[in-house]
Amino acid sequence: MKILVTVKEVAEVDDEFDISGLDIAESSLEYDLNEWDDYAVEEAVQTSESHDDVEVVTVTVGPERAEETIRMALAKGADRAIRVWDDTLEDAQFLDVETKAELITAVAEEEAPDLVLSGVQAGDDANGATGVAVAEELGFEWAAVVNHLELDADAEIASVRRELEGGIEELTDVELPAVLTIQTGINEPRYASLRGIRQAQRKPLEVNSLEDLGLDAGVVDSPVERTSMYEPESESDATVWEGSPEETAGELAAFLRDKGVVDG
Amino acid sequence: MTVLAVAEHRRGDLRDVSFELVTAGRELADELGSDLAVAVIGGDVEGFVEELNREGVDTIYTVAEGEEFNHGIYAQTIEQLHAELDPAALLLPNSVNGLDYAPAVAEQLDLPLVTDVIALEGSDPVEVTREQYGGKVEITYDIGAEQYVLTVRPAEWPTATAGGEATVETFETDIDEGALGTTVKGFEEVGAGDVDITEAEVLVSIGRGIEEEENIPLIEALADALDATLSSSRPIVDNGWLPQNRQVGQSGKVVTPDVYIAIGISGAVQHVAGMKGSDTIVAINTDPNAPIYDIADYGIVDDLFEVIPALIEEFGGDVPDI
Repeated sequence: MKILVTVKEVAEVDDEFDISGLDIAESSLEYDLNEWDDYAVEEAVQTSESHDDVEVVTVTVGPERAEETIRMALAKGADRAIRVWDDTLEDAQFLDVETKAELITAVAEEEAPDLVLSGVQAGDDANGATGVAVAEELGFEWAAVVNHLELDADAEIASVRRELEGGIEELTDVELPAVLTIQTGINEPRYASLRGIRQAQRKPLEVNSLEDLGLDAGVVDSPVERTSMYEPESESDATVWEGSPEETAGELAAFLRDKGVVDG
Repeated sequence: MTVLAVAEHRRGDLRDVSFELVTAGRELADELGSDLAVAVIGGDVEGFVEELNREGVDTIYTVAEGEEFNHGIYAQTIEQLHAELDPAALLLPNSVNGLDYAPAVAEQLDLPLVTDVIALEGSDPVEVTREQYGGKVEITYDIGAEQYVLTVRPAEWPTATAGGEATVETFETDIDEGALGTTVKGFEEVGAGDVDITEAEVLVSIGRGIEEEENIPLIEALADALDATLSSSRPIVDNGWLPQNRQVGQSGKVVTPDVYIAIGISGAVQHVAGMKGSDTIVAINTDPNAPIYDIADYGIVDDLFEVIPALIEEFGGDVPDI
């Protein structure tokens, strides 16, 4: 059995940041493994540990810098990695859902996995759509926002729980091959061990260009164009208590006593 | 020209986002000079029609296929409706179920998709606004296409008012049962337990700012000193530091206490959805730009590890050694 996990390196923005043109200034960004993907990697690795003959392959769309993130997934137990990038992708204004889905689909068609695990969303652009779009492109089944997975590899069924709003879970059987988008909290992502980190350096990491995937530059074309980026005006009309911690705590205590919600 | 919105229902009830879609759909239809059609798929469609007949809706299409949501039935039905109505915009909820079919429909129809839209403007091209980077920025996009799919963030538009004059049409679909690869087996409510945070008058709620599980006794001591109930944002429950019945937010509980004290909570939209109805909101967070301050009534922009011990002492409690 083969599991393909989509892994994204996401940009995290400092509390104080600058906007440069239509994006956040590079100096205000830090990069990390997408939180949702961390859970997807863990779910794949746990599956490989509890079933025989499971290969875990990660796929990332991103520049060379993203290899640090990819190595992290390898250190946690993925077997090998594929990174997709080239100048055409580098030069695009941004990659829309369709473009990302086409890139990942091209890799998935090569790899022919039984299961694709993807984070519910990326912490930076928060589209929440790529996994399901990939499923449709591949002709796979899918389930979005999965917080529990039991795999019956023989029956080729994934029994999942989908986390709906308001504390309701939907219990659903999904035929394989399938794409599942993984919600945070489904497991406890491990920390990479030192041994894992050393081993990760020797695991295969293949870089594919558009040409390698049989795609042309048209894949980045999008009718959707970014036209502005700005910091939303604060709607805050909060009264901010100022002073030392003792003073502000005193203000809050006085407020709570006034309100009559606490005694003492 | 038409704007087509698709209603959402679960276990016999239309969800509020359906009526918000009517408002957003009417707004877009006015920009485009078009009609607004609303489709409702599955369940008690006759009953749903009465509720969906709100101001601004021109036509309601009922599709009597199945009871509960199934993404295969929704995708096939919407593709057939789309072929029939040829709408400019397809407007879908940015809900858990919306995101379970919208990307597939967009892909199948080869239409551009923009998710989690919070504002719409203009018609040629239509400009949509969304938040990125955890709500730190808003970004506008022009959609340079005749037809497109948008998912609309819940609770951004008001619900449309009752009293519409829509025409009701039955739409017959041709569902390929063999292509349905998922089976919904049932539903389960989670987060039951001994504590009901929805009943609390004062909630002391913690988020990522608490940093480590070892620091939680500090907030427990505060809750004790205030005779308040402890709740949390999602990451605390994801980490297993508190049980699920303590979680406030879209996927947890909706709470409306007299006082909600948000400690080290940034105020992501999913969290705010669960606590914005609180009577008074107090935020304690080091980041003055955190979105929690947009809805807070009072704030302390300082380190919780300094403020909370001082507050515990104010009420004569014991500050734990953490």
